[in-house]
Amino acid sequence: MTTFSGTALCLDRADINTDEIIPARYLTEIEKNVLGPHLMEDLELAGFDPKTDLAGIGVLVTRNNFGCGSSREHAPWALEANGIRVVIAESFARIFYQNMFNCGMLAVTLDPADIDRIFQVAVTSPLHISADVDTEEVTVSAGTETWTISFSLTGFEKALVQAGGWVEYADRNY
Amino acid sequence: MGKTIAEKIFDAHLVDRPFNAVNVLRLDRVFCHEITTPTAIQDLKARGKDRVFDPDKIKAVIDHVTPAKDAKTAMQGKVLRDWARRHGIIDFFDIGRNGVCHALFPEKGFVRPGFVIIMGDSHTCTHGAFGAFAAGVGTTDLEVGILKGVCAFKQPDTLKIEITGTLRPGVFAKDVILEVIRRITVNGATNQVIEFCGPVVDAMSMEARMTLSNMAVEAGATSGICRPDAVTVDYLWPFIKDEYPGREAALADFSRFLPDEDAVYAGHTIIDVTDLVPLTTFGYKPDNVRPVSDMAGTRVDQVYIGSCTNGRIEDLRVAAQVVKGGKISDTVRAIVSPATPKVFSRALEEGLIQDFMEAGFCVTNPTCGACLGMSNGVLASGEVAAATTNRNFNGRMGKGGMVHLMSPATAAATALAGTITNSPLYTDPV
Ligand code: SF4
Repeated sequence: MTTFSGTALCLDRADINTDEIIPARYLTEIEKNVLGPHLMEDLELAGFDPKTDLAGIGVLVTRNNFGCGSSREHAPWALEANGIRVVIAESFARIFYQNMFNCGMLAVTLDPADIDRIFQVAVTSPLHISADVDTEEVTVSAGTETWTISFSLTGFEKALVQAGGWVEYADRNY
Repeated sequence: MGKTIAEKIFDAHLVDRPFNAVNVLRLDRVFCHEITTPTAIQDLKARGKDRVFDPDKIKAVIDHVTPAKDAKTAMQGKVLRDWARRHGIIDFFDIGRNGVCHALFPEKGFVRPGFVIIMGDSHTCTHGAFGAFAAGVGTTDLEVGILKGVCAFKQPDTLKIEITGTLRPGVFAKDVILEVIRRITVNGATNQVIEFCGPVVDAMSMEARMTLSNMAVEAGATSGICRPDAVTVDYLWPFIKDEYPGREAALADFSRFLPDEDAVYAGHTIIDVTDLVPLTTFGYKPDNVRPVSDMAGTRVDQVYIGSCTNGRIEDLRVAAQVVKGGKISDTVRAIVSPATPKVFSRALEEGLIQDFMEAGFCVTNPTCGACLGMSNGVLASGEVAAATTNRNFNGRMGKGGMVHLMSPATAAATALAGTITNSPLYTDPV
């Protein structure tokens, strides 16, 4: 069973690019964990403070075209270094999306209406989200409300997440 | 149904197709340099998987910033060096023996027709000049390549680019590839493989073909493949002479990978280069291409001749021919960086280094150096470079700097003039 869950943070903006996820000045780092404290430090978004708001977060919820811009894998690494292993969005940039699965992380695409509903409840209550890769379902809990939304993955995406990423998958199978 | 070169290479290397459109291929080579490999090495270590699939198939070089310029680049080199030693990677090229990866590895005979090659570097496509499928990959794919000798690729949809006509004197492979990119744009071959063919490619030397394949990625292509032929065999002969009874036998063997008559292509573009003039770029994208004559008079601060695109001996010969006996403009700094130690010593033997130095060029050791704006000739903000490299992205050779891409002949002429200008090797048709 592969389930990811955690407290969710909503980032209400489209087109958050990889430079905003992890600035280019950290690309020379050779240890992934060094990226951790710099996650989204250049992201300018009303009401968002990267220094405090990322603590304890396990899931991100955001809008269109998340992860656009340069194709650096440092973007998923910086998320992972902070314990964020799931990003839920209306859509993703193609390479970022593939990089998430290669790293054994989960990118979930949901309809804008479903994303809207999550954003609405998040205004008043802390948000907890769990994503089950086997059943392809996201469960959202906020205050007294709990509901489930289904999503879909290809067989390969599912296999990558279940294995813990492409390195683990390949090491096991080849 | 007939097959393209890439499809034939895929068939010969297929290990698994675990899911639709996921082709796991066996790798013949994994090339490594000190910028992208250390991250992969450290991550493999952290996973408890500090292993290599085959030390003889891994080739590594310190080339981007060498000699190291600071503590950070010294550490990148150290991680690569220690790893190569630890795993018995014999073909590891350190200071004194190192050169730009995509010039050094072919020169060592590491690339063969039909090979599948990966490297954590965009311009890995250069090796397609030999009829290989060579692709730049990210860190995770590099880790898997190092660990297991496999890599996953989607179906290799192929765009056939046929170059016809004859090149005028003073017009080079660099001008041809700039014209290709101008025509098809920077997205023209996104996620596709380019197959270069036609009489103009057939007549090119291996070095010129490498210039062509090198910039396939600037049109978005995964790989840029030239058809293996007698020119390929002649280049490789010193390395393969014990494997085949004769050149014909080698050619027959490599011909297995030639495309079928009825191969199916995703697209077919024919470019007649008979009227092609020397070209250069004007903006921050490699498809912002114009005739050199339209850009004539544009002031430049620095001229750079080198890189994996145009830092080979043929490039240096042409550039030296232009600068010989002349002096660079007082308003210009000119740098020439022979791409490998072998290129450097050949250039010395042939007197080219002397020609460059007398003209006022700075000659650097073989390295990527200024090409990526990390060392050996970084531009100041607001400065302009004329370069034989492959990327004119904003800030590529230094923050706030502008880069005009061009052939070595044009770059050499520009160094003398101080402004962008055509070389005397080219004359307009009457
Ligand atoms: S010469 Fe430039 S483009 Fe070529 S590998 Fe080095 S940095 Fe990359």
